[in-house]
Amino acid sequence: MNGNNPDIACLKARAKNIRRHVLRMAERVGQGYVGQGLGIADLLAALYFHELRYDAKRLDWPERDRFVLSIGHYSIGLYAALAEAGVIPIEELDTYGADGSRLEMSGSEFTPGFEMTGGSLGHGLGQAVGMALGLRLDARDARVFCLLSDGELHEGATWEAAMAGAHYRLDHLFAFIDCNNQVADGPTAQVMNIEPLQLKWQAFGWDTQRINGNRIEDITDAIARAKTARNQPHAIILDTLMGKGVTMFENREKQHFIRVEAREWELARKQLEASL
Amino acid sequence: MRTGVTANLLATDPSSAAKTVAAPFGQALVAAAEREPRIVGLTADLGKYTDMHVFAQRFPQRFFQIGMAEQNLVGIAAGLARAGWIPFASTYCVFATRRAYDFIAIGCALGQANVKIIAGLPGLTTGYGGTHQGIEDLALMRSIPNLVVIDPCDATEIAQVIPMIAAYRGPVYMRLLRGQAPVTLDPASYRFELGKAKLLRDGADAAIISAGLMTGRALDTAQQLAEDGIHAAVLHVSTLKPFDREAVLALARRVKKIVTAENHVVTGGLAGAVADTVADAGISIRLKRVGIPDCFCESGSLPCLQQRYGLDTENIVLAAKRLVES
Repeated sequence: MNGNNPDIACLKARAKNIRRHVLRMAERVGQGYVGQGLGIADLLAALYFHELRYDAKRLDWPERDRFVLSIGHYSIGLYAALAEAGVIPIEELDTYGADGSRLEMSGSEFTPGFEMTGGSLGHGLGQAVGMALGLRLDARDARVFCLLSDGELHEGATWEAAMAGAHYRLDHLFAFIDCNNQVADGPTAQVMNIEPLQLKWQAFGWDTQRINGNRIEDITDAIARAKTARNQPHAIILDTLMGKGVTMFENREKQHFIRVEAREWELARKQLEASL
Repeated sequence: MRTGVTANLLATDPSSAAKTVAAPFGQALVAAAEREPRIVGLTADLGKYTDMHVFAQRFPQRFFQIGMAEQNLVGIAAGLARAGWIPFASTYCVFATRRAYDFIAIGCALGQANVKIIAGLPGLTTGYGGTHQGIEDLALMRSIPNLVVIDPCDATEIAQVIPMIAAYRGPVYMRLLRGQAPVTLDPASYRFELGKAKLLRDGADAAIISAGLMTGRALDTAQQLAEDGIHAAVLHVSTLKPFDREAVLALARRVKKIVTAENHVVTGGLAGAVADTVADAGISIRLKRVGIPDCFCESGSLPCLQQRYGLDTENIVLAAKRLVES
């Protein structure tokens, strides 16, 4: 892990496995945040199988990089990545959303591999700034990777944290903003416009890039480039497709929370297997 | 009626205490941080106004200025706690509780992050009106699971609370008396214990259960009542949560006329905790609640406001006498 030259074919295979896990979880309950889980799988593969330094057997290792999931409803994707990484048993994925399960529909810090409780949107980046300050004060090399969503940028607290990250020159802090242009009430651009995003993050003092968030090689390249920028935190804006990898979800009228008919799952699995 | 003018925000508390101590929180935090290297301090542009500047001057590397962003103040503190630090984050009660509530509840309390929130200007300790007077913060904080809530009465207690909450692992909300803080309790004999109420004075005719700076006035009240031959106990409850039910019940079993006195609205704070406790236990008492009524307070001079809203010693004496005579 964390070699200089990512094995893109291997990472693509990991991303596909993460997507398989996402479908497995959602099929059990017949619904869920499938679109988000599929859309963010490429980033999670790039992080968990290339960039992040962590020990699946020792989650409290002090030198670990922190992955901070600010958007609790994306937990389906993180559970899938953690299962693929050996942090939680793959069979446990079948408990997603079930009563008493550790794998809640909107995840929390009580699940192994979660650094904080996201889901009340706007909390993640501030806590990531705090973690980054704390790690620097301890003179550790660990870095903090925070995943936000485009809709979460409606929350003012995110921008308070953005100011602080730049003020304290946290160049070991990386924010990924998943732009799938979908919030609960409709397209983000219609509900409350957040553009021009790159200019906003730049104006807040962040080293900023905007990439196709469903191309693994673009993600690993962007992280590599970001690491060369000193004295600034890094924003990587990911344009992603909800439901990526399953054509019928990609083309379906966009929904924040997808309901899928029982007969559709077999087709969904077939489409995923047929995808690149 | 007392009259005056609104004092500036660095004005001292108009306590009747003859003796005061400067910046007891700042001094205590520095003393604790000399022994505990994991303590860090943060503020939201209110360092000088919450005595955090004392810590910032002594430990500049362990101090973080966050600017006027209370959600971010609490969020960053939670992140520091998750990185193994012991953050003390200071602002005013009103901003911490009204503006950053979700960040305290979910960012800190849910997972028991080791964050200490230090909140200045509790109740009527500023003449600035509704924007600055933290009159309902205890009700808000007391209803959050996992959160310890403390309302110290004076400089002596603040000096003892700080090392105690630094050693306690979990989220704490502490009301702050800043600047020249009154000395009500004797440092030689008083011992703060987390979650324990202290019987400061005994008496069988009535009992005053008080929190925060109202304890000084409760003691003054008991003294005045004694001069009239009325013997009143004073139970000081600085930890509002966890609430010392046993101490309240032990008192309520033998003294049936109880006055609560709090620097807070009379709903959801100390009076509510006492009423819940005796009701749950099925104990019948007569209860008179002294505190701010269900209203926002106006701005003005503190002696005038405290009299207008019933927080002065005279009003506690009146409440106790009416109860005893009833």
